[in-house]
Amino acid sequence: MQDDETLDVMVNGVSHQVTVPARRTLADLLRDDLGLTGTHLGCEHGVCGACTVLVDGEAVRACLVFAPQVDGAEVTTVEGLAGDDDRLSALQAAFSEERALQCGYCTPGFLMLAEDHLRRSGSSDEGEVRTHVSSNLCRCTGYAGIVDAVCSAAQQRMCPVSDGAS
Amino acid sequence: MKPPPFTYRRAASIDEAVALLASDEVDAKVLAGGQSLTPMLNLRLTRPELLVDVGRLPGLRYIRRGDDGLHVGALTRHDQFEHYPAPLDGFDVLREAAPLIGHHPIRTRGTIGGSLAHGDGSAEWCILAVLLDATITAVSGRGSRIIEADGFFEGLFTTTLEPDELIVDIHFPRPRQHAALEEFARRHGDFAVVAAAVAFDVEHERVTDPRIVLGGVATTPVRCRAAEAVLDGESPTDDAFEAAGRAVADEIEPPGDLHAPPEVRRRMADRLVRRALRRAADANREGVSHAG
Ligand SMILES: Cc1cc2nc3c(=O)[nH]c(=O)nc-3n(C[C@H](O)[C@H](O)[C@H](O)COP(=O)(O)OP(=O)(O)OC[C@H]3O[C@@H](n4cnc5c(N)ncnc54)[C@H](O)[C@@H]3O)c2cc1C
Ligand code: FES
Ligand code: FES
Repeated sequence: MQDDETLDVMVNGVSHQVTVPARRTLADLLRDDLGLTGTHLGCEHGVCGACTVLVDGEAVRACLVFAPQVDGAEVTTVEGLAGDDDRLSALQAAFSEERALQCGYCTPGFLMLAEDHLRRSGSSDEGEVRTHVSSNLCRCTGYAGIVDAVCSAAQQRMCPVSDGAS
Repeated sequence: MKPPPFTYRRAASIDEAVALLASDEVDAKVLAGGQSLTPMLNLRLTRPELLVDVGRLPGLRYIRRGDDGLHVGALTRHDQFEHYPAPLDGFDVLREAAPLIGHHPIRTRGTIGGSLAHGDGSAEWCILAVLLDATITAVSGRGSRIIEADGFFEGLFTTTLEPDELIVDIHFPRPRQHAALEEFARRHGDFAVVAAAVAFDVEHERVTDPRIVLGGVATTPVRCRAAEAVLDGESPTDDAFEAAGRAVADEIEPPGDLHAPPEVRRRMADRLVRRALRRAADANREGVSHAG
């Protein structure tokens, strides 16, 4: 027994109506139905955080949410971070500058996790940042670069640099 | 790693949810935050035919401090405790423990009702429900019933909840002057290898009505009644706390697994109980305590 569900969802400011099997996860909805393959899947059971996206502004594991649960919600994925002209956000630029990625598999998840941190607490306190990013796994960087990048982006938000990057 | 097929219904009211769960024809399961059920579905450890999504039910998301203690709605998310804006006079151990549950993106969705129904023996809410003598209100087509948390957890992921019952409210009847939870986990956010929660009041410089509850030492939270008896009536000093810790180590029969052999768990339990008792005694419960 299985029915399809029709739902409306706003992703990165664009609204979509889709009809999918109820068991479609948000991660697969984004990747397979909407073609937004920036959201990655690692473990598919909530442990690694590679699939982290924002739902109504809050970080969630997209592999642990079924598509019908986001009916009417606003979703932000890694594709929604860069500006219109594809200019990297300050957070993305900080990841590049601080060498916060190597293979890049975990990066979309860490970016969305960090985006949630910047929007909510925005603290550049290293301890707080470490606790927050401990949510996700990276098998390459050893985390130091990721922590530095988030701290640096948080500092920039508090005292923006002159070129006005946001 | 994809879940098996199921039918999905979003309940608009408690009555509708209960009616959907009551059907004899389909094997139905409640979906709340999905932070335990969805991993189990993805791993195909469970195959319900129908998921009844209660996530948007109105009126089940509250933390209410009143004359009769604290009432918490079943859909209250872990992070609502973490960010609760005021002291919970006598129940602050709930606020202090919330950040220990998983990671931020788990706490934005996971609910207290889901945690209790899932019944993991090292889950913070399960331990604290036993510690604070909570009662759980569950409704079904047969009406509503109130279940004591002490006795609710039967075994591995097994509770006395019937498959057609929906948890709606958790009642913590009695504020405690002193309470704390200490745990050891390999990484922040992991389930605790061992967790120890304690609560007591002090009258005429004597400990009264102590509670000591351990997680991670059995399939359910374990109340250590022998250790409670050791502490009862003593003055709240390090000597008494050490004796209680030793009594806990004698009383429990922890399992061994790849995280820790029984002896390590026993020692951890001893030390965590002492630490929790000390912190509970030190904390000034009149004010806000963010210890831990
Ligand atoms: C990576 C990770 C780490 C975690 N770490 C921890 C941790 O350290 N400590 C901890 O305690 N938990 C941890 N969790 C589990 C998390 O706290 C879950 O949120 C919680 O166990 C279940 O709540 P839920 O609302 O997500 O329930 P769901 O997953 O929706 O449901 C869980 C079970 O409860 C039933 N159910 C749900 N709500 C009700 C209700 N109102 N009435 C009747 N039945 C109901 C469901 O049918 C299902 O069987 C972790 C989870 C993950 C993915
Ligand atoms: S893929 Fe979602 S947490 Fe690993
Ligand atoms: S950069 Fe390779 S997993 Fe993080």
